[in-house]
Amino acid sequence: MTISKKLDGENLMMALEGRLDTTTAPQLENECKVCLYEVKELILDLEKLEYISSAGLRVLLAAQKQMQKQGGGMVVKNVNETIMEVFEVTGFVEILTIE
Amino acid sequence: MEVITVPAEAAMLERVDALIQEKLETIHCPIRTQMQVKLAVEEIFINIASYAYPSEVGQVEVGVDIDGDPPVVTIRFVDQGCPFDPLEKPDPDVTLGLQEREPGGLGILLVKKFMDQVGYVYENGRNILTIKKEIK
Repeated sequence: MTISKKLDGENLMMALEGRLDTTTAPQLENECKVCLYEVKELILDLEKLEYISSAGLRVLLAAQKQMQKQGGGMVVKNVNETIMEVFEVTGFVEILTIE
Repeated sequence: MEVITVPAEAAMLERVDALIQEKLETIHCPIRTQMQVKLAVEEIFINIASYAYPSEVGQVEVGVDIDGDPPVVTIRFVDQGCPFDPLEKPDPDVTLGLQEREPGGLGILLVKKFMDQVGYVYENGRNILTIKKEIK
């Protein structure tokens, strides 16, 4: 998985490309640990993300919790049909802000 | 059924995934269905790799078969680890809000939702988990 980051003031945009699975989820988890503490809004662009498993959901949940805890927000955008289905089945559509 | 036996380690997922991919490529399988099958395989395989053998590295046998018209893909996982029926646990509550949500349990839920059939038996010291999905 490739993670491209763009910091714009207090907003951080992360574009994920490839697969967010058991193997790659720790990569995103580490990025979140390092980058999120000074961010007001996290925007996750999933346009080029092909696949997500429960390991990926776990990291998204943790990121969302962290952003809320520090009084910020998180937006997930450009979600493809397959990934949206995973969000629907797991109730993540209610937890995440999806644009 | 084409069968491979690999160590029950997360790193072997790639090998298993390649086998599934190779098999699915022999039929016309929509991308969405491919992803669902591969997702189910990842969730089950990682579960086995994480919990089946607490104190040793054991083996997992993964078998794939595609048969019928419309084709049905059958994937079978066999391990000799601790008896564990993933279907026994109640599904996590997916209506809980952010703060009440705890990670875990979503993998098996995804398997149940995306596959047509999920079956488990413990037989002769072996966990046998079989999933089936019609390809349409």
